[in-house]
Amino acid sequence: MLSFTLALGAPTPTRRRWFGRLAEAWALPLLALTAALVAFGAFIAAFGVNPLAAAALIWRGAFGTWFSLQNTLQKAAPLLLTGLAMALPARAGLMIIGGEGALVIGGLACAVIGPALAGFADSAGGALMAQTLMLACGMAAGALWLMIPGALRHWRGVNETISSLLLNTIAIAVLNQLVEGPLRDPMSLNKPSTTPLSPALMLGHVPGLSVHVGLAFGLILCIGAGVLMQRTSFGFATGINGGNPRAAQMVGIDVGRLILIACALAGACAGLAGATEVAAVQGSATASLAAGYGYSGILVAFLARHNPFAIIPVAVLLGGIAASDGLLQRHLDLPDATVAVLQGFVFIAVLAAETFSGRLRLWRGGRRDG
Amino acid sequence: MSLGPSLSRRTLLGMSGGLAAGAFVSSRRARAASALEIGFLYVGARDDYGYNQAHAEGAAAVKAMPGVKVLEEERIPETIDVVKSMDSMIELDDAALLFPTSFGYYNPFVLQEARKYPKVQFRHCGGLWTEKDPKNAGSYFGYIDECQYLSGIVAGHVSKSKKLGFVAAKPIPQVLRNINAFTLGAQRVDATITTTVIFTGDWSLPVKEAEATNALADQGIDVVTCHVDSPKVTIQTAEGRGLYTCGYHVDQAPLAPKGYLTGAEWNWATVYRGFVADRQAGKPLANFVRGGLREGIVKTSPYGAMVPAAARAQADAVKAKLVAGDYVIFKGPVADNTGKEVIAAGVDHGQTDLWLEKMDWLAAGVIGKT
Repeated sequence: MLSFTLALGAPTPTRRRWFGRLAEAWALPLLALTAALVAFGAFIAAFGVNPLAAAALIWRGAFGTWFSLQNTLQKAAPLLLTGLAMALPARAGLMIIGGEGALVIGGLACAVIGPALAGFADSAGGALMAQTLMLACGMAAGALWLMIPGALRHWRGVNETISSLLLNTIAIAVLNQLVEGPLRDPMSLNKPSTTPLSPALMLGHVPGLSVHVGLAFGLILCIGAGVLMQRTSFGFATGINGGNPRAAQMVGIDVGRLILIACALAGACAGLAGATEVAAVQGSATASLAAGYGYSGILVAFLARHNPFAIIPVAVLLGGIAASDGLLQRHLDLPDATVAVLQGFVFIAVLAAETFSGRLRLWRGGRRDG
Repeated sequence: MSLGPSLSRRTLLGMSGGLAAGAFVSSRRARAASALEIGFLYVGARDDYGYNQAHAEGAAAVKAMPGVKVLEEERIPETIDVVKSMDSMIELDDAALLFPTSFGYYNPFVLQEARKYPKVQFRHCGGLWTEKDPKNAGSYFGYIDECQYLSGIVAGHVSKSKKLGFVAAKPIPQVLRNINAFTLGAQRVDATITTTVIFTGDWSLPVKEAEATNALADQGIDVVTCHVDSPKVTIQTAEGRGLYTCGYHVDQAPLAPKGYLTGAEWNWATVYRGFVADRQAGKPLANFVRGGLREGIVKTSPYGAMVPAAARAQADAVKAKLVAGDYVIFKGPVADNTGKEVIAAGVDHGQTDLWLEKMDWLAAGVIGKT
């Protein structure tokens, strides 16, 4: 086959393989998305709703106006960070689904340290310092939290998926206990919350947008993590461990250190998402911190195949679907679960499409190599 | 790995390609020229047999009014999502009056929005509007403890074991007030009656609600009521165990034909139709609305066939006094369940007394801890 393609004067094998991969990387998810949209259209048509009208509303609610686009970006912001929380350990071969817990613990840390820093709120420089400190505390707390399942995995052989899932439950219980008990602001009557941050310490918007700075944090960290994973020796070692931990040990990689760093980075991302939730949105820690961003992040990371760069468009896509929810409910009288159905179709279609990975080149006249 | 950037472009293109057909359709902005657009925002499902359904029934009453267009969104978390839903109703539709109906929406989200959109009116369920809050915001709530008191009287007559049960979400003032009113009502019939309360920890935890109801049944308790977002699980579980039940939020009689005695229901239609009529007439909207049976903001479920005549007679007599406005539920002396006197003899805390909205104790005879 190889000689056959060469004889025809086709591109060199390397070039051909690269081109095939690129075409596949575009075609597969595109086909999956189309299939998901068609299936969703059929689904709502079965309920007597015009699929084109729904498509028009989804477009308008997600991307069609400047307001909608900002709404989409706002919904994507926390998913960028919680997506990383899933994706980074996954690169190292660990399926850690503890983003929700790390987010909650990060938010809690921020809400605990925040009121203590109220004295810094008077000057702009002091406020900036206090904000940095609050976010750093959130990141540190999240990092430590996700290092637990990493450490348990490495040294005790505990399944990290189960332990991180259980840690989510523990984190939420700790949050509720503290918010309704020792940390409760006596002024928060019917919605128990911690003492609110001074308004001067609240984080603002990204300049020019009505989207809080969490979006900027997410974008910067996704790009940073992408570079780290794809352009550094640490990222390379992580990939080796993710592919084959024994091989990683054989070539002398310090697997324990690598796992702990990957978990710490992941936890820091989720912790930052939680701290941002407190410092830019809620102003205090409440039960609303556990809003499911951590779990949505799992979906984002899998759709992005744990590629930090790809998390950005995937988060925007899911943010857009979420942003269009309101219009679908208001104008077509569809229940809230409608967008969950659409998300489900997208998720299943993209995952199913992955099973065609490496096979699509058959129709391009190539062959499956290796 | 050069897949990252290409994946991102492809995903965005996929999204835009798939929906391009709808884009031009949506450019036409649907405006109802003269209709007053009113938005309702719910934290749970509109058909939850509970808190949200009560509000949705109020919204349905508004829909029947001429010259209005009702916009509804359900299952909106108490996060930035509710801000974006309000924004979306105002920016993408033309909502001029919004009813965000969940406790947790008020501070900071409704207050922020009221400052951002001074021409839009916001009325929130359950919050405590004060003079320093924006004038285009406001809060409303009902003295549903009056109905709980009447339920308690009926339960006191029907119970043979003299042990009542209460499944509650969180020990916050509004919940404690209901537990205490229910217990005080029952103790009017027999001073030895106790109410065992189980806090589940959150507003919607169906599994825990079922477990709590079963635990109450196992203790020989024979009448159960609740204060969670959806009483459906509690009422159905209790019916299955052969217990009597008192409902909450809306009429749950269809769920428990054998055991449903009566219930404490909201009648939000009164409040919503009042606000909308004022708005249509160009009158300023009240900022702080409270009311009970007298104002028609709450109502009781029709008595079940098994409720004896003596119970009906006593409950109806008290109800007539409450409607007339000359009955005080929280009338001293009242001790809490640690033996401490919380209301001294001769002291009356009438329904409008804000002291009651800060309740943090359980009355003597309640078995449980705040």
